[in-house]
Amino acid sequence: MYLDIDLKERNKTAALSDLGNTITYGELVDVSGKIKDIIGERNLVFVLCRNTIDSLVGYISTVASSNVALLLGADTDNDLLDNLVRTYKPQYIWKPVSHEGFKQEDFECLYTYGDYKLVECSVDNKLNLHEDLALLLTTSGSTGSPKLVRQSYDNISSNAKAIASYLELDDRQKPITMLPMNYTYGLSVINSHLLVGGCILMTEYSYVQKQFWDFFKTQGSTSICGVPYTYEILKKMRFFRMELPTLEYMTQAGGKLIPELHKEFAQYAADKNIRFYVMYGQTEATARMSYLPHEQSLSKCGSIGIAIPGGEFSLIDDKGNNISSSNVTGELIYRGQNVTLGYATSSNDLQKGDERGGVLATGDMARRDEDGYYYIVGRKKRFLKIYGNRVNMDECENLLQGKYLDMECACVGIDDHMKIYVTKQELNEEILDYITGKTGLNRKAFEVIYIPEIPKNDSGKRIYSALS
Amino acid sequence: MTNLEKYIEAFAEGLEIDKDVVKEGLEYQSIPQWDSVGHMGLVAALEDAFDIMMDTDDIIDLSSYEKGIEILKKYEVEI
Repeated sequence: MYLDIDLKERNKTAALSDLGNTITYGELVDVSGKIKDIIGERNLVFVLCRNTIDSLVGYISTVASSNVALLLGADTDNDLLDNLVRTYKPQYIWKPVSHEGFKQEDFECLYTYGDYKLVECSVDNKLNLHEDLALLLTTSGSTGSPKLVRQSYDNISSNAKAIASYLELDDRQKPITMLPMNYTYGLSVINSHLLVGGCILMTEYSYVQKQFWDFFKTQGSTSICGVPYTYEILKKMRFFRMELPTLEYMTQAGGKLIPELHKEFAQYAADKNIRFYVMYGQTEATARMSYLPHEQSLSKCGSIGIAIPGGEFSLIDDKGNNISSSNVTGELIYRGQNVTLGYATSSNDLQKGDERGGVLATGDMARRDEDGYYYIVGRKKRFLKIYGNRVNMDECENLLQGKYLDMECACVGIDDHMKIYVTKQELNEEILDYITGKTGLNRKAFEVIYIPEIPKNDSGKRIYSALS
Repeated sequence: MTNLEKYIEAFAEGLEIDKDVVKEGLEYQSIPQWDSVGHMGLVAALEDAFDIMMDTDDIIDLSSYEKGIEILKKYEVEI
């Protein structure tokens, strides 16, 4: 069964929420059986996620009953939700009872669990879902693109196993939720810990809130996970002075941690006898591709480490040739069982099988040192990581051009900060409202700058280098 | 400038919102701007405005407009 949930002791707690709700592994198996009785197999189910047990149950029971889940944030922009429903025509939706996102309000409710309900959507739609397909995740979750990543059962289980192995996880682990469940990194934390029989501490509170830390301390969470921005905030919160005796390890992914911060956390971890892992991954590789072993986190500061167990990295030059010497930059290529099947942009694509054959060109430029450790040095594609979220700058430009027909725009930036150059004045506030509404990201990440003309070359392409 | 004016200004600047939004009832996550990112901007703005250094316990306890006033009392700032 999915993540071997049926092989755990039935009475073992799989998840515990800050509201005091719990669910055992046995109950997860039972609900999965019920879902299979109600809707059968091989349906597409949209799961609107929160970090609650009811949401977790929707995700696990959908996939464990051989249905296919698309995980979305419960706070996803309504236009994007409608667009996804039109594009993929899911038969069912698992959503919070209070959720008002969908326009069709005549959905019939088939099952309720806590604050969630399973409702019918396009039940008459016949979807041909490929037999390997288990899960769908959005690529950026933000700029309105309905492009999805197709993940197989094998992808998820092999990645969860590899993660559990290099993080040395066991069934005593109690990770607290610090990232959204529909975000590949947040999901991988849940999957790898369910695989080993751990107990997920589920909270909707953020780590800048007292209730989060009260829950952390009362239940004795054993780990922390975060994107670079999380670690910046933790530092500002004087995290280093907090008393967290149950903390065993910390992981970081979702973008490059600045080396000084990496060093500070690595030093803190070494002093406190905590394991600190910097990791690297993409939704296209299920979640993780590499980790920096905790013993090396000080000596290899700034590195993404080595490939995960079962995976393999290589570097290629711009002609596609393998780079064998150290400290030469090339595109990072990953091989492994966790390389996903491919993308989907329409419901027809859900019939497709594996299109990648276990090989992923990451789009990241990297170098390898003499000891075989990898360092990301840049990107081939025009996207930024903002608070751990991939934001494609070309997609942002398209969004803005579609909305504001009488101006031109160009997006440039560095991680956590995007500059939007526009050729029309006095729209700054409106554009900020629009882009933060669409991406769901804090407006501190964006800056709108007026420029009389967007610099372009002879063939009409924007010259981004002239803008930074 | 009175302490109340400074307090309101720090909220407006820290969260990048209009001053008229800064009033009783304003809470963490009650507006999109006050998320974890905005929260740290708010803490920095309050620390600057009143020349204080907040403890972790107070940073995570700063859950609303009203709570902020209560917390600042600990740092001998009367709003």
